Amino acid sequence: MRPDSSSSFGERGSGRRPEHPGRRPGRRPGRRRWRLAARYTLLTIGALVVLAPLYLTVVSSLLPPSALAERPPPLFPLDPQWHDYAVAWSQGDLGVYLRNSAIQTAIIVCGQLVTSVLAGYAFAFLRFPFKRALFVVFLATLMIPFEVTLVTNTQTISELGWYNTFAGLTVPFLATGVGTFLLRQAFLQIPRDLQEAATLDGYGRLRFLLRIALPLARPALAALGVFSFLAAWNQYLWPLVVTGSGNGVRTVQIGLKLLQGTEVSRTDVALAGTVIAVLPLLVLLVVFQKQLVRSLTAGAVK
Amino acid sequence: MRRGRESPPARTRSSRAVREAALGYLLVLPALAVFGVFVFYPFAANFRLALYQTPPYPGLPSRYVGLHQVGQVLASSGFLQSLGSTLLFVVMVVPAGLLIGLLLAVAAHRRLRAMAVYRVIFSSTVVTSVAVSALVFGTLMDPVVGLLPWLGLNPSPPILQNTTWALPAIAVMSVWQFLGLSFIVMSAGLSAVPEEVLEAARVDGASERTVFWRVTVPLLSPTIFFGLVVATIYAFQTFGQVDILIGYSSAAFEHVNLLVYDILDTIEVAKTSGQAAVLSLALFCLTLGVTLLQLRLVERRVHYAA
Repeated sequence: MRPDSSSSFGERGSGRRPEHPGRRPGRRPGRRRWRLAARYTLLTIGALVVLAPLYLTVVSSLLPPSALAERPPPLFPLDPQWHDYAVAWSQGDLGVYLRNSAIQTAIIVCGQLVTSVLAGYAFAFLRFPFKRALFVVFLATLMIPFEVTLVTNTQTISELGWYNTFAGLTVPFLATGVGTFLLRQAFLQIPRDLQEAATLDGYGRLRFLLRIALPLARPALAALGVFSFLAAWNQYLWPLVVTGSGNGVRTVQIGLKLLQGTEVSRTDVALAGTVIAVLPLLVLLVVFQKQLVRSLTAGAVK
Repeated sequence: MRRGRESPPARTRSSRAVREAALGYLLVLPALAVFGVFVFYPFAANFRLALYQTPPYPGLPSRYVGLHQVGQVLASSGFLQSLGSTLLFVVMVVPAGLLIGLLLAVAAHRRLRAMAVYRVIFSSTVVTSVAVSALVFGTLMDPVVGLLPWLGLNPSPPILQNTTWALPAIAVMSVWQFLGLSFIVMSAGLSAVPEEVLEAARVDGASERTVFWRVTVPLLSPTIFFGLVVATIYAFQTFGQVDILIGYSSAAFEHVNLLVYDILDTIEVAKTSGQAAVLSLALFCLTLGVTLLQLRLVERRVHYAA
């Protein structure tokens, strides 16, 4: 975690040498141009390969059914058919599923932010017995994959009567070891002087948290929020287990499986559903790329 | 929080300390409660469940069988098949996912025109869910509307029903889905390699290739090991692809029955939670093993930047 890094990816020599960092004296310019071309070729091929599956999906979802089997596949929908989107939305219950996903994601993101802020604050600023041991307990949760707890968690949800409820969908994910860790680190970076000054000014703990600590921890909060959003929206295994019957709280990811399973003849409709399901996250990626990268690489770079 | 300069009388100080500790526990409690109920308790329960044979009908009492069941499950052909498929899957996904991610990260690691666009594209699969990826690739690999027959790849039976090709097909989809994360992790690692070190090597007359293999890669090794663990755990926990693209009905099912799918299958279809607990613990040991191995290797071999 590098809270101070300003560039999301960082670049070689960024800020210091804005022009052609690969340039060295004594190199023939022709050769450099050739290398540059090779680099762009590689990048473009990579981009095409990475994008092709999603791009073809978008195109296919807009094609009339008769054009789906055309070979070579049409690379641009000359006569876009929005009909499939309407069908996926109404018949495939996609509208309901999207609403459910939005509610589920909102609950998980808010819950994780609140529990992480509270616990992070305690670990950073308060003194209490067994603090270290408890922090180790929090970190230990990172060692236990959710899949390993599936057997008993399904029983717990069943005993609580939480099948097909938002409680069953979200409560197991309302706390996170990573989130607590991120916020504790962010809080620890707040200078002691600032805390002392706040105390002298008569700030209580709550006012200190709201007025000073949280605004200063904004990068960590944003990173955690974006990460939670991504993870919650894309969950598959647990929603599948918990929303086994009935549409009540079924999320869009499970809806996609049903779209594919029940309407085999309507590939175009399933594809339209796929595009609808991935769209919010592509927007998330473009808008919050920096935060996303920061949260995903939290453990990668010392 | 820090106290003021003059120390208060001992009595108030101790009551203050008690209040501070109480507040501390209060703030930690919500998260701790969630962890207790949904992480630690179910994890620990596996150890007890593993010793009991649960009949597949609800309401009947479970029977204590001790370690007998553990041995039985671990030696069963079903588990060995599942473990074999899972390990094979790891071998197919992890090196490819990391290498391609590294290649793209190195290519995009220059301040050049349009690089931001390439970066967004390369990271894009990190936001595509497993369900989305499965549907996209399911369509591409469909024997009727898919592109594979047109490309001349038309195995019979169709690729996702094919005992030989179903697992590689799932692996290709998974490599694609993992690429975004791999690219992001590798890019972050590359940007942490200090430019001065590379410059020093160049000044000493090292070629670009030598600089890359002898300087960049060793300095990148913590990132690569981190990526290795993330990728391996991703592969171990693969579930959605199998559920959506293969499922019980596929003829290839037995060859693509990855461990997590096997666990859910045992819980929901066989309804034998004792056996599912044994499988869960096996998955835990695999995950733990990979993590510990990484820690050891990082301690010993990996070069850190000064």
